[in-house]
Amino acid sequence: MTTHPKSAPAPYWSLPGLADGAWRSAPLVPGTVVFSMAFGTIAAQKGLTLADTVLMNALVFSGAAQFVAIEVWNNPLTLGTVLSLVTITAIVNARFILMGASLRPWLGQLPAWQAYPALLQNVDANWIVATRYRAEGGGDVSIYLGSGLALWVIWVAAVIPGHLLGAFVKDPTRFGFDMMLPIFFSAMLVQIWRGPRRAIGWGIAGVVALAASWLIPGYWFIVIGAVMGSIAGGFIDDE
Amino acid sequence: MMNDPAIYGPMAGILAMAFATYVTRVAGFWLMGHVTLTPRVRRMLEVLPGAIVVATVVPLTAKAGMPGLVGIGVTLGCMLVRRNEFLAVALGLTAVSLTRAFWP
Repeated sequence: MTTHPKSAPAPYWSLPGLADGAWRSAPLVPGTVVFSMAFGTIAAQKGLTLADTVLMNALVFSGAAQFVAIEVWNNPLTLGTVLSLVTITAIVNARFILMGASLRPWLGQLPAWQAYPALLQNVDANWIVATRYRAEGGGDVSIYLGSGLALWVIWVAAVIPGHLLGAFVKDPTRFGFDMMLPIFFSAMLVQIWRGPRRAIGWGIAGVVALAASWLIPGYWFIVIGAVMGSIAGGFIDDE
Repeated sequence: MMNDPAIYGPMAGILAMAFATYVTRVAGFWLMGHVTLTPRVRRMLEVLPGAIVVATVVPLTAKAGMPGLVGIGVTLGCMLVRRNEFLAVALGLTAVSLTRAFWP
């Protein structure tokens, strides 16, 4: 009943897997377009050129971190601001550390020169797409890369009209897009469900994260909740 | 303003953010390569993905209030009945918007 990574197939690459991966992230495309356009508008207001904005989307490729970091952006940047940008980005993206750790049993079987470049395009969406695929016994790493690259292309392209047209997307929370990631995550949660035993750790993660979100400002709640839930789950022995 | 004479162009900020992001993207994977995957560690890693998901969803949903709760409820219900994430995401987002429109 439970799928252990040990028994899952070894990682491999395939061309059809890239397309399959891209298709699996398709539910997130409308929201990604809206958020990227909104970011382009904010970046333009902050005085970033179109080229700089496209470059930031291409290199950083991290919606949540970019939206928080752009708030402290000024022109020109002081050393203090650059250090703030590093800190903010690292804190908001600290959840990527855990996502990378969870991919170790799978991608760790790849040579480092294949695993590390694949990880550089990790975002929430392709991580959960790949996690769900792996939980169902898949081994094709192209699913992970394809779903990430598809959203990367959209994230880079859609920022251009947002920057040029400006105020095109005033409020991404219209149509509920601010809830896009939680909604996609919870849909995927149903797919990675492997019985109540593992869910005890998930429940602890939720309770701790909720408490942390009330007590600690910022984005720490994901990491704190997930680590506590994972540790607790590790001490609940399988039969 | 502050005594902070060093001035940088936007490229410095972008590269700094890219660097910070790349470190978070590879650090966990790298770290776990130096940890022996005992059965207990393996179990922790098996619980971890769902724990990340729940630790993200619960606080963000609570913050979104009733529209968030309705949206997640509709999504989960749809997934349990139809197992179609395209439909589930579309209905979930619709539920959030509709609840926002009518919830006081």
